[in-house]
Amino acid sequence: MNSVVRTVVSTLPPEWVPPLRDVKIKTQRFFATAWRQRHFVPAAISGEFRSRVVRSKIGTLWFVLHPLAMALVYVLILSEVLGAKLGGVEKPGAYAVYLLAGMAGWSLFMEVLNRSLTVFIEYGNAMKKINFPKIFLPLVVVGGALVNNLLLLGAVIFIIAFYGFFPSIHWLGLILAAGCSIFLALGLGLVLGIFNIFTRDVGQVMLVVTNVWFWMTPVVYSKSMISGASARVIDLNPLTPVVQAYQDAIVHNRWPDVASLGYPALLAAAAMLVSTIVFWRASPEIVDAL
Amino acid sequence: MQDAPIILSLTGVTKTFSVYRSNISRLFHWLGLPIGPREATDVIKDVTFSVRKGESLALIGQNGAGKSTLLKLITGTMAPTRGRVDVQESISAILELGLGFNMEFTGRENVRQSGGMMGLAPDRIEALMPEIEAFAEIGEYFDKTLRTYSSGMQARLSFALATAIRPEILIVDEVLSVGDAYFQHKSFARIREFRDSGTTIILVTHSLGDVRELCERVILVDKGAIVRDGPPDEVIDYYNAMVAEKENAKLSIEQRRRKDGWLHTEFGDGRARMESIDLFRPGETQPVSVVNVGEVVEARSRIRIMRDTPELVLGHRITDRTGHVVWGSNTWHTGQVLDGLNAGEVVVSKLVFPCDLGPGTYALSFGLHSRDNHLEDCYHKAENQIVFEVIRTRGPVFIGTSRLQARFEIEVAVSA
Repeated sequence: MNSVVRTVVSTLPPEWVPPLRDVKIKTQRFFATAWRQRHFVPAAISGEFRSRVVRSKIGTLWFVLHPLAMALVYVLILSEVLGAKLGGVEKPGAYAVYLLAGMAGWSLFMEVLNRSLTVFIEYGNAMKKINFPKIFLPLVVVGGALVNNLLLLGAVIFIIAFYGFFPSIHWLGLILAAGCSIFLALGLGLVLGIFNIFTRDVGQVMLVVTNVWFWMTPVVYSKSMISGASARVIDLNPLTPVVQAYQDAIVHNRWPDVASLGYPALLAAAAMLVSTIVFWRASPEIVDAL
Repeated sequence: MQDAPIILSLTGVTKTFSVYRSNISRLFHWLGLPIGPREATDVIKDVTFSVRKGESLALIGQNGAGKSTLLKLITGTMAPTRGRVDVQESISAILELGLGFNMEFTGRENVRQSGGMMGLAPDRIEALMPEIEAFAEIGEYFDKTLRTYSSGMQARLSFALATAIRPEILIVDEVLSVGDAYFQHKSFARIREFRDSGTTIILVTHSLGDVRELCERVILVDKGAIVRDGPPDEVIDYYNAMVAEKENAKLSIEQRRRKDGWLHTEFGDGRARMESIDLFRPGETQPVSVVNVGEVVEARSRIRIMRDTPELVLGHRITDRTGHVVWGSNTWHTGQVLDGLNAGEVVVSKLVFPCDLGPGTYALSFGLHSRDNHLEDCYHKAENQIVFEVIRTRGPVFIGTSRLQARFEIEVAVSA
């Protein structure tokens, strides 16, 4: 009178995708998903900017004021107190402009590096709840840093105008230098950022490292002032040509030495390659580790 | 539904959570160095199932069974360790508390940011904003920072945002348990509306009533594996039996479908057995299966004690077609517990009740156990043991399952 109920065991449906078409479909789907979700990037960037404003009066301005304040300190100490002069440029205030140019170049690198270090931790919550292509996170980092750097450049243009320096066609050279420093910082930062998920010590160590790195970069001083072993260290620093490109454009009104940028560009390419591999291997498990 | 295309498919999916000696060894493992985890737990074990377009599916199971992990694998926030998850070309809305909200932002700003992060264009969000605000019904809080929200308000906001656009697959992860009754009701209405317009629903819930109401298919997950996959009544009854089994050491579960469609589930450790149970009119000896509304009937049961039983409680429950409990109680609550019964004794009981039920089919279940529920010691329990029909031959027409003693008192007043 009663029939036994079958346990329903799902079987693979016949119309299933054969493995050979898999890679192609996966790639297509990746781009389709990325395109469909493209609004993630601007939303996240604008969210970051707004979150800075929420609880502070001048919010995002701090990102401009910080390097400017640092530049001001150096101008006061080095130029006024120590009487530092910049060889080659006779205009008054040339040193201040030189400092601002170097700071603009350095701060872009620093910001991309620092943000890459913490981006996975900051977006941990979102990654657990919203499915989005992980490749968006580096885009958010770079986008945010670029906006900040443009604001800073705007402020720099305003300030150097008082010293009689104005933007010229040579400023287009900044694009090349900025590209090198962004990819170098991103490549390095993403690998360290993934390490940072596991041990937060990475972030602390980088604080010290970047400090040393800053003084190994001719931002405050000029390379021509240094000789001997220190000069060789500065030559090894991939950021030296990047910062110099900024100084060439802003202070000297000349095109950057493209050949010298080959070194940081090569390193940036290598760093990007390594970070892509690490990122690709790690991304399925990042959420588990957060 | 059988012919609808498959929209989601999991094939041999296993998810392993690994414990490493330290985070450094995990890192080395990632980088491909031959350092294995110290300990690996499979939270999802070789799960295979597929969902067709328009199906409404519930995942049930006890805490830690792996339901939420399964949802994360389906939505893609987590990647499977082995196996594959295929989601056909369709947007899935993820529904977990918060949606990655920023506590410093107002509700409106969070809708903008999270909406954008979910992939909505800014102008689209602005267009949807009034509707989201109206649906969330959090009043002026919509423009206050999220820090001041209660968890229920956050749930309202996330639900309003996640369902602002009808998705192809809607995944609801227990979010409904947070809101108050009013909002739950409202959310259910929206889910039902989506379901009726063809959205595939995947629901994780502990509320079995929701499951009965919303889903046509239930998957029971236990210890990371699919234990049962089928229609709600079958899986839910099996689940209930399983919960009891966990508490009782030795228990056998037997389940079969009656010819009239009711599912019969029977289990117990056999300490006491229901020998016979039937529904009678008082004084008659022939069992009845059709009862008039309001008629007094009695369920007579004969229980044989198989092994010495220190405590015996008899419970009865009446459920309607959809599985909703119309009435249920037991001799624990009525103060009629039997103590110190010996093997071989026979207990005879009568449950007498006026059949104040609305027209329809009902089922009577029984349980023999100790204490006030069957979770501790369950001797013998059967779901839907007796199925009977209630018909209305006298009295005014009414709908529903309860014959309330209600009457209209009407006067026509002449206004001065």
